[in-house]
Amino acid sequence: MGVGAKMTSSRFAGRMALRTAAGLSLAYILLPIVFVIWLAFFAQEIPSFPPEGYSLKWFRAIPDDDRFVAGFLLSLQVAVLATSIGLALGMPAAVCLARGRFAGREALNSLLLMPLIVPGIVLGIALYVFHVEIEIATELPILGSFAGLITAHVLIAIPWTVRLITASLVGMDRVVEEAAQSLGANRLTTFRRVTLPAILPGIVAAALFGFIASFGNLEMSLFLVGPGRTTLPIAILQYLEWKIDPTIAAVSVLQILFIGGVMLLTDRFVKIGRVV
Amino acid sequence: MARLQFIGVGKRYGDFTAVDDLSLDVADGEFVVLLGPSGCGKTTTLRIVAGFVEPTSGSVRLGGRDITALPPWKRNAGLVFQSYALFPHMTVAENIAFGLEMRKVPKADLAPRIAEALRLVRLDHFGDRLPRQLSGGQQQRVALARALVFHPDVLLLDEPLSNLDAKLRQDVRVEIRELQRKLGLTTVMVTHDQEEALTMADRLVVMSEGRIRQIGTQQDLYEQPAEKFVADFVGRSSFIDGRMDGPGRFVSAGGLVVACEGGASGQASLALRPERLALVSSAGPAMDNSFPGMVEFISYLGAQVDLHVRLSPLERVIVQIQNRPEQPLPAIGSQVHVGWGKSTGRVFPS
Repeated sequence: MGVGAKMTSSRFAGRMALRTAAGLSLAYILLPIVFVIWLAFFAQEIPSFPPEGYSLKWFRAIPDDDRFVAGFLLSLQVAVLATSIGLALGMPAAVCLARGRFAGREALNSLLLMPLIVPGIVLGIALYVFHVEIEIATELPILGSFAGLITAHVLIAIPWTVRLITASLVGMDRVVEEAAQSLGANRLTTFRRVTLPAILPGIVAAALFGFIASFGNLEMSLFLVGPGRTTLPIAILQYLEWKIDPTIAAVSVLQILFIGGVMLLTDRFVKIGRVV
Repeated sequence: MARLQFIGVGKRYGDFTAVDDLSLDVADGEFVVLLGPSGCGKTTTLRIVAGFVEPTSGSVRLGGRDITALPPWKRNAGLVFQSYALFPHMTVAENIAFGLEMRKVPKADLAPRIAEALRLVRLDHFGDRLPRQLSGGQQQRVALARALVFHPDVLLLDEPLSNLDAKLRQDVRVEIRELQRKLGLTTVMVTHDQEEALTMADRLVVMSEGRIRQIGTQQDLYEQPAEKFVADFVGRSSFIDGRMDGPGRFVSAGGLVVACEGGASGQASLALRPERLALVSSAGPAMDNSFPGMVEFISYLGAQVDLHVRLSPLERVIVQIQNRPEQPLPAIGSQVHVGWGKSTGRVFPS
């Protein structure tokens, strides 16, 4: 009895320690977000504690501010287009990487993950120089163009699409593909009817992460946007250069809600938790 | 259904020969089992028929047609996988419909044929379930229905029972066999389980190291194994190493002189089936061979009992006796006499 009680109490202590550690880590992650959300409702213009009162005026002001509205719309356009193109390019690449047996497969795999590893600033500068050189060589208006921005964002969507779809393909039971073929389905039909449904969660996750990576990208976009063409993160940065009122916090809250909403919505249809 | 012929089929991967010059003729409606340890080439052979492995030599004919170069989807072979390989996102009915859809069967004909296939495997009301909502045995039957519904020319079974528990396995064995008979299906099954092979096959093909070791009925393989490997793999045998010392006279390494049949000479192994050996009393009728020995180990199996009896410092045999109340079991360490007739032992040159 005595031994049992001692065991139980030491297990209890262990569990409490684990929970405390987990709670602290969670708080560390969530605290900045909590503060941003809190700040967005402060009444005063200069954020200071304690708040002098609460107000929704910062939220109300956002729709009237062209920079944020235009920034949001541009970011949305860029993210949707870049993700779509990234998927269209990333999916065949993933199939090759997961199923193909060819020399240089590992190298290609690493190459396609590069944009994730290279710091955004470096990528931005490199692309900027690249665009300048191309513009000089071809005399096409590439620098600061919408197309230039899209191609750059495709670059940061690709590592996500390739990585996640490859993981799904590797993880799926290939025997079901053979079953489909033995039942009379050729390669294309097999892919459409059996492989695609099996890796759908991976594709959705790939689209989601590609979208988020593009939507929130600041460092690379800074070098590539043109006059009158700013993405939301850049609009936020530019606003911060002049003012530090809670408008930014309010914009951030909306951005968090937007991304969170997209994640919840996709999770309703596809359980991404199984993939990532 | 159709006749299936292998004509000198071989498959090499670089230096490794997975299947070596295999020729086999499976008659229309026959149930043939490829039996052998893992890595013996039996699965590769099955995959060659299915079209997933292209042989490096020889050809495969199905119903008189050369199918060697056809892709899997043009072969009309029904395949049941070890892991069942049901489509997880489709219902049972959709799984079964798949092969029919690929053959452009009119929509109106789908429902009755699916119902018929489900009735065949006794899953009449399971059409709307998803595979993950079924037990292993039920999934296995869905896989079977899916492979049968489009009337394949040949049914291929890849260790179809190895994921089922022992009790269920015996039922499904009988079920598959009856279905196969009823439909007259030309069937090739692959297994490493000899009991499964013996109970299901019309004919067995014992393979090892990519080659066919023996083809025959259960009785052929058991009574007349062509080589030591078969005697060891089909049924059980105790082996005694030694040499032939003149016609009908085998001398073991441990010095036992055994009367046997066969006139070969040189190094040899003597194979003895445990149930063909008997305990004899010195008072009983004399047998061709009788040796004293000591019981070293006893396996109590219920209806039978295995006695491991040491006959000499180098030789130990298993004697299987019936467990009868009037015959008291010897204890470990007790002295017994083991006897057998001269036609019992089979001699294989080694």
